[in-house]
Amino acid sequence: MDWNSVERKEKLPTTRMHVSQYVVALVMVVLGCWLWRLQILGAANYKVLAQQNRIRKVPVMAPRGRIFDRYGRILVDNYPSVTCYLLREQPKNLDADLPLIAEGLHLSVDQIQATMKHFQYAPKYQPIPLKQDITPDEQAFIAAHREELPELETLDEQRRLYPKDGFAAHLIGYVGEVSENDLNQDRFAAYEPGDVVGKSGVEETYDSILRGTDGSRDIIVNSHGKEVGQMGQELAVPGQDLKLTIDLDVQMAAEKALEGKMGAIVAMDPHTGEILAMASRPTYDPNQFAVRLTSAYWKSIMDDPDHPMLNKAIQAQLAPGSTFKIIMSLAGLQENVAQTMHVMCNGGGVFFGQFHACDKHHGMVDINNAIPWSCDTFYYTLAEKLGIDVISRYGSSVGIGQKTGIDLPDEAAGIMPSVLWKEKTQHQPWYPGEVVSVGIGQGALEVTPLQLARALGGIASGGVMVRPHVVFPSELSADELSAVRATYPGSGEKTIPITPANWETITDAMAQTTTPGGFDTAAAAHMEGIDFAGKTGTAQVMSHSALARTAGGHSTVPNAWFVGMAPRRNPDIVVAVLWEHGNWGNNSAKLAAQVIDAYVTEQRERAGNLVKG
Amino acid sequence: MMRTRFRDFDWMLLSFVLVLSVVSVLEIRSATAMTKFHGFQQKQMVFLAVGLVGMFGFSLIDYHRLLEIGYWAYGVSLVSLVAVRVVGTKVLGARRWINLGGGVHFQPSEWVRLVLILVAARFFWEIVESGRELSWKDIGKAFLLIGVPMVMVLKQPDLGTSQPDLGTSLTYLPVLVVGLYLGGIRWKQAGILILAALVVGGIGLSTGKLLKPYQRARLTAFMNPDSDPQTSGYQIRQSLIAVGSGGLWGKGTNKGTQTQGDFLPIPYTDFIFAAFCEEHGFLGALGVLLLYFLILVRMIQNAQTAADPAGSLIVMGIMGVLLFQIAVNIGMCVGLMPVTGIPLPLMSYGGSSVIYMFLALGIVMNVRMRRFVN
Repeated sequence: MDWNSVERKEKLPTTRMHVSQYVVALVMVVLGCWLWRLQILGAANYKVLAQQNRIRKVPVMAPRGRIFDRYGRILVDNYPSVTCYLLREQPKNLDADLPLIAEGLHLSVDQIQATMKHFQYAPKYQPIPLKQDITPDEQAFIAAHREELPELETLDEQRRLYPKDGFAAHLIGYVGEVSENDLNQDRFAAYEPGDVVGKSGVEETYDSILRGTDGSRDIIVNSHGKEVGQMGQELAVPGQDLKLTIDLDVQMAAEKALEGKMGAIVAMDPHTGEILAMASRPTYDPNQFAVRLTSAYWKSIMDDPDHPMLNKAIQAQLAPGSTFKIIMSLAGLQENVAQTMHVMCNGGGVFFGQFHACDKHHGMVDINNAIPWSCDTFYYTLAEKLGIDVISRYGSSVGIGQKTGIDLPDEAAGIMPSVLWKEKTQHQPWYPGEVVSVGIGQGALEVTPLQLARALGGIASGGVMVRPHVVFPSELSADELSAVRATYPGSGEKTIPITPANWETITDAMAQTTTPGGFDTAAAAHMEGIDFAGKTGTAQVMSHSALARTAGGHSTVPNAWFVGMAPRRNPDIVVAVLWEHGNWGNNSAKLAAQVIDAYVTEQRERAGNLVKG
Repeated sequence: MMRTRFRDFDWMLLSFVLVLSVVSVLEIRSATAMTKFHGFQQKQMVFLAVGLVGMFGFSLIDYHRLLEIGYWAYGVSLVSLVAVRVVGTKVLGARRWINLGGGVHFQPSEWVRLVLILVAARFFWEIVESGRELSWKDIGKAFLLIGVPMVMVLKQPDLGTSQPDLGTSLTYLPVLVVGLYLGGIRWKQAGILILAALVVGGIGLSTGKLLKPYQRARLTAFMNPDSDPQTSGYQIRQSLIAVGSGGLWGKGTNKGTQTQGDFLPIPYTDFIFAAFCEEHGFLGALGVLLLYFLILVRMIQNAQTAADPAGSLIVMGIMGVLLFQIAVNIGMCVGLMPVTGIPLPLMSYGGSSVIYMFLALGIVMNVRMRRFVN
């Protein structure tokens, strides 16, 4: 039966046919062994790689806490915005796509490369922000190019919305991307490149409270980076809302008073140190800093000779002029010198061998009319009698030359000249004649508006000095409060001994300043029905003629100061006004009056005694 | 009548093939579920149905008749390879299809392979029947017979007449190897040929004239998968991750992250084995290898029991091509072979591939059905 096949087998090599079965078996065994190697021995490793392929961590941005005024009126809000991120973990050459990305996002290739360089040491899986607050056009571009540009991803975020026109800009501050320099510092240890942080003002001081904690989502993506599902998530914890001590009505009055001027106004409750208003001019728009800060805007801010970024309420260090006479009077009375002083003012006098002028012939002057008249001759004499050591001691006791310790960054300390100070900083001996200028608030003396307000508040409250602050301590935990106080040390809360008769003398005299028909230094600031007391100051800007010549376009018109309060004893509000080149102190007095009027009006409305209208 | 005709039909071989086809349809369904190609398993079933009809049809025509028209068909093949260049449809950078209208595309290189198997079988059959030893002249003729269409398919820049398809042209090689092997090539001859191939290949590779740039890139990527993460290196890497992460049991149908997430390239055609490995694990993969082993061994048995050397040569040719395709494709999926674009027979989606395979099976059946008929 198999006869046929026997003959056939002679024609084809039987062994070779047979061997081919073993070839097939061998191929299958090799493939099987290789599969064993991959799927059994290498499974754990490949499973990890497969997970890395498809799971991506996407940040979920915590919305920053909003900021309110003391009565819960909103100052800083958030608005929804979209940011474009670049995913660098792509199986493709990103450089080739840059021109297209740049065109679609209205950036330059250089800008994108700079961003990529900035994040070069960040983990590869971390998406990097290419452009914030992108327009609907740009979002459409990204959506339309999903296939070609899978490396682009958009993310919804909440962005800062600040008041318009730089309203309270210096107080509130602004947010921006954490800088490389910041990241090297200890206090930014927990931050990562691309994080948004408070850069100044309340935003900086209270960043840890406002920022919240970013969350993340583990999303499942396909090879094009498109989200197809979600694995898990870590919820974002929104930042805490923050209530400021600021009174919006008072702040508005301060902002309005400074309209078109240069300078600063600060209003404070001297019982507590709560800042009611803080305004500075010129100002800037923090909204421009929150997103897409253009280099043009940055340059215009940086090149502005009037330094719009400077918060002059706490950073301007200028000669206080005659406002310093309050502190001189305190020293004179406490030392029992001023009470019995009677000085004949004939338009000035010779002190330490040199003639010093007064602006008027005041005749016979004592402490009660020296303050409202602001008689220089009286204070030259007092300064000569007290000497720099005593003046410096009293100046320091009310906080001149020291930071107040307000909870805002970059506060200036000012200068309270003394023998020691001059030796230390100027490496020169103190000349006794220098005390004469200090006596009328000139010379090397430099104060900030906040220091003046705090000093007056302390004196008018019988020596109770407060630590100024813009956030209620009750809003903070004990740890947060002590951290803020440690970060911003200052002369702080203390009580200095003042004989009651002395501060009554000073405050009564200050009330005369704004009383019409009397001394006429700031009678224009008089308000009917409001016990408003204060002291003007007109401080020369350029004491050195050489500086005046090199000042270029700088004005040499004197700075107008005013520091005042209402009511005169145990005041509820003290206001310091600096109007740079405002010429006369009584000009500033009128600005202070507007602020005090707004405060008193609001208090009466809140008490139900006045119908708003 | 029909009953007597099909009494020696290889039902066992067909059942192995059908089991594998079912696996294929299910895996195509899973691999395309998340893509715009979902529903391709239905088209694959249509191809299978057409293939089965073709298979039964082919099994009815005596293979000696097919051998007789072999040289005519060979001529037509060469013409069709020229035609594909003139009227072919360009797909993925290569002209491989002729549009027949109505959405039907015809890929000549697939059926050219079938013709080559028949022609080679006839060529070596004549030598075997004559009882003489294989001469160098015979070897030369065989090389020409297979080499001309091979070169036409493997596009050479200075020849410029054929399609750039390294993978398909390489599948013609086992036809030649099997023919020479069974045609009685002596060890000395084989040694000289292998040596010559190594020298020519070495010179070709070192001067860079043998391969097109993309083919060279694939080879480089195979040697060093991380050299270029974008193209073939990326494909190999993703395939290895897919296979490896499948583990012992696999991730389950529709649950392969590499397959469903589009990380694995073309998981329903060239990389379908990797997709299957990911979703069904080592055990599933062994099952598929076992099925292939059974199919191939069954074919060898059919060759051994064929009525005449012509039948043996035809079946062994088909078996050789099938073994080659399986080894190269699975080898590619597991990183043992470079990316060549050869589909996995009986698994990969594709009309030309399926129909060719079933026509080839039809010829195998044909030989078996006539093993007692002379």
